[in-house]
Amino acid sequence: MKEIVNMQGKACPVIANHIKVALVGQPNVGKSMLINSVSNSHLHVGNFSGVTVDKSEVLFDHKDYHFTVVDLPGTYAFTDYTIEERVTHDYLCAEDYDIIINVVDSTNLEKNLQLTSELLTMSKKVVIALNMSDEADKEGIEVNAEYMSELIGVECIKVSAATKLGIEELIDAVIRNYENDKNESKLIFSEAVEEEIAQIVWYLDKHKYEAKNSYRNIAINLLKNNKKTYAKLHDNPIWTELQPILIEASSHIELHHSSDDIKEAFAEEYASFNRGVVAEVVEQKKQVEKKTLTEKIDNVLIHPIFGIPIFLFFMWSLFQLTFEVGAVPMDYIDAFFGWFGDAVGATIPNDDVRSLIVDGMIAGVGAVVLFVPNIIILFIGIALLESTGYMSRVAFLLDGFFHKFGLHGQSFIPLVTGFGCSIPAYMSARILKNDRDRLLTLFIIGFMSCGARLPVYVLFAGAFFSPEMAGNILFVIYISGAMLGLIAAKVLKLTAFKGADEPFVMEMPKYRLPSVKLIWHTVLTKTMMYLKKAGTFIATASMLIWFLSNYPHNSILEEDYAYKIENAINQEEKVHFENSLSTDLLEQSYLGRIGKFSEPIFAPLGFDWKMSVALQAGLAAKEVVVSTLGVLYALGADVDEENNSLINAISKNISFPSAVAFIVVIMIYLPCLAASIVFTREAGGIKYFFYLLFFTSVAAYGMAFIAYNITKMLM
Amino acid sequence: MKTLLDCKKACRVKVLKLNAARELKQRLISFGIMKEAEIEVLEHAPGKKTIEVKVGKMRIALRDQEAELIEVEKL
Ligand SMILES: Nc1nc2c(ncn2[C@@H]2O[C@H](COP(=O)(O)OP(=O)(O)O)[C@@H](O)[C@H]2O)c(=O)[nH]1
Ligand SMILES: [Mg+2]
Repeated sequence: MKEIVNMQGKACPVIANHIKVALVGQPNVGKSMLINSVSNSHLHVGNFSGVTVDKSEVLFDHKDYHFTVVDLPGTYAFTDYTIEERVTHDYLCAEDYDIIINVVDSTNLEKNLQLTSELLTMSKKVVIALNMSDEADKEGIEVNAEYMSELIGVECIKVSAATKLGIEELIDAVIRNYENDKNESKLIFSEAVEEEIAQIVWYLDKHKYEAKNSYRNIAINLLKNNKKTYAKLHDNPIWTELQPILIEASSHIELHHSSDDIKEAFAEEYASFNRGVVAEVVEQKKQVEKKTLTEKIDNVLIHPIFGIPIFLFFMWSLFQLTFEVGAVPMDYIDAFFGWFGDAVGATIPNDDVRSLIVDGMIAGVGAVVLFVPNIIILFIGIALLESTGYMSRVAFLLDGFFHKFGLHGQSFIPLVTGFGCSIPAYMSARILKNDRDRLLTLFIIGFMSCGARLPVYVLFAGAFFSPEMAGNILFVIYISGAMLGLIAAKVLKLTAFKGADEPFVMEMPKYRLPSVKLIWHTVLTKTMMYLKKAGTFIATASMLIWFLSNYPHNSILEEDYAYKIENAINQEEKVHFENSLSTDLLEQSYLGRIGKFSEPIFAPLGFDWKMSVALQAGLAAKEVVVSTLGVLYALGADVDEENNSLINAISKNISFPSAVAFIVVIMIYLPCLAASIVFTREAGGIKYFFYLLFFTSVAAYGMAFIAYNITKMLM
Repeated sequence: MKTLLDCKKACRVKVLKLNAARELKQRLISFGIMKEAEIEVLEHAPGKKTIEVKVGKMRIALRDQEAELIEVEKL
């Protein structure tokens, strides 16, 4: 595959030919992974349906051709059941492309061919990629690709996205099909249907109807009630005669299938054709075991009694690890930034600039980078959940419970994604069919604490609890966030989103051992994003916070203190004056004024002005909460000399009830600016953003107030 | 009339009829749950609210409300 050069994002020179490929298949058959293995792209791959919810294009070169491959969301059939399926359907019907690669799972051919049959009636060129052939080999399933190509009249190529087998052949087949004329597919129906088709074809032929597609194709589409074909013929003079023929043909077919639904009738037609094909081309070599490995694992993991405790245990272990293992490199990172700040500071002569760089940028970025180890562990946990197939199991286990709170079992998938980052979570709510369910899910995704909030929790848990307890505290914080989310869902369901329940039908994928490479890539990409944000957005925000907390200067105050310090009777008093000078200066700075101004609002929650400011800054992004606290406490000299880490500053300056209230607000209030924008887009209107803002603010304030007072009473 | 909901764990049945409304019916069909299809019940979630079945090689989770719409006969 050396000659394939990834050209993602670059324009193609005009000389070469261009082939536009639409990648279509049922969910979870390896479409995204297949593109990744042809190009150097890193599309998101996961072992559950609903990973890809929007189309994305990848460009690459092969031989004399430029390829554009469009990765489409998976779809079980040509329906508009969910938004993601609508994306695929609309694309296939309305957009311009040259050829379809239909990706199918070789280990479950019969079910996959159901979509294939529908594609074959679409009058587009199709190549079938028999993916997962490595897995099929392991399970002793042998597919005779040549025979299959012959039987259905479309080229079938054995491939494996995981081992990169057959990829070259697949692309060659695409080129071959692109260069040659389209073959008519050999899909045949039962005699009853074939008779009706023949009659319509005969009629079209008699009137020499002019069309690009074959008469057979038109006839099938007419019988299937295809809107586009209908519209085209509707304006033709032959329609008046054709219509009665069609109506009679349809009723014949429905009668034949004893159904009043032509789509059901056709589905049954396809199914019997596919059964025939599978019987011919698939050979089961190994004896099929009575229980597959997946079923054996499921016996334990989705056990009616032990299933949920096992899940909770996994969660608890994850947070335990997050804290325990994450804490190991923390001291080193902390020390590094301390040293780095001093080293850089020593080279800057100007006092103000040095403070800007050291106390502003480096302190702010350092405070955020400190939590990279924790973030990495959390991301690994989520990646494992996504790639093993366990995700769908948890959705299964929790569906009954979720249902009680008015949520759909499949809401679990966006909600879990929300523990990583709210933005993809908002996107993945598209797997929900019903707009009401989707909006409800969108509203409570914010309650699932995202990765960016983890630093705040780790900071506070570390400040107030012993290391042995801190992991448990993290677990409790996350669980109670999720519980609050469920209660919020119930409240919303009873008020704003009343309505009937939607059906819940979900595929449970096979368990797969995640490849180290895949996990590595997913985690690396996410971690790099976090670091990049720290280096750009957070660095800028920290400098802004620094500026706002250092200006305006107050010369009267400074002179006043300079006099006091000079005349101090001993060293102790001198230090005392120096400290209160910086405190006073900070309080009269712009930021101090903002903080003081909003302090009364937050006073009932027990927040001082620094916490108030950090919370407000957190509206931009949750990492800013930590970096702001970092800057504010690095400046305020009320931290003793030897031990000036942020954790110590927090535990010395903030009372326990205030800290609890602070955590509660962080748990509930608006995720961040970027997420808010995506939320608004996915919800479909700015008014929803204001609802969300109102809803989360009121909930955050109310819950924090309650938490503050209860903790105060208990202490 | 027996529905999928009445079936116990490890029970194997054949689908006779789908009593679902149009959209859900198509959804079920696209998952392979259609007339003549053979289904095996794999597991019930706590409270029998959600069940896992096997159709062909595919495992599918559905709720009690949906299972009730699938008329079956024992194999
Ligand atoms: N063994 C094996 N696993 C594969 C292959 N292709 C994809 N997978 C796995 O199948 C799952 C679904 O892949 P993905 O690309 O997200 O599927 P999509 O939903 O069709 O885009 C992932 O867990 C992949 O690791 C393959 O050729 N062999
Ligand atoms: Mg995908």
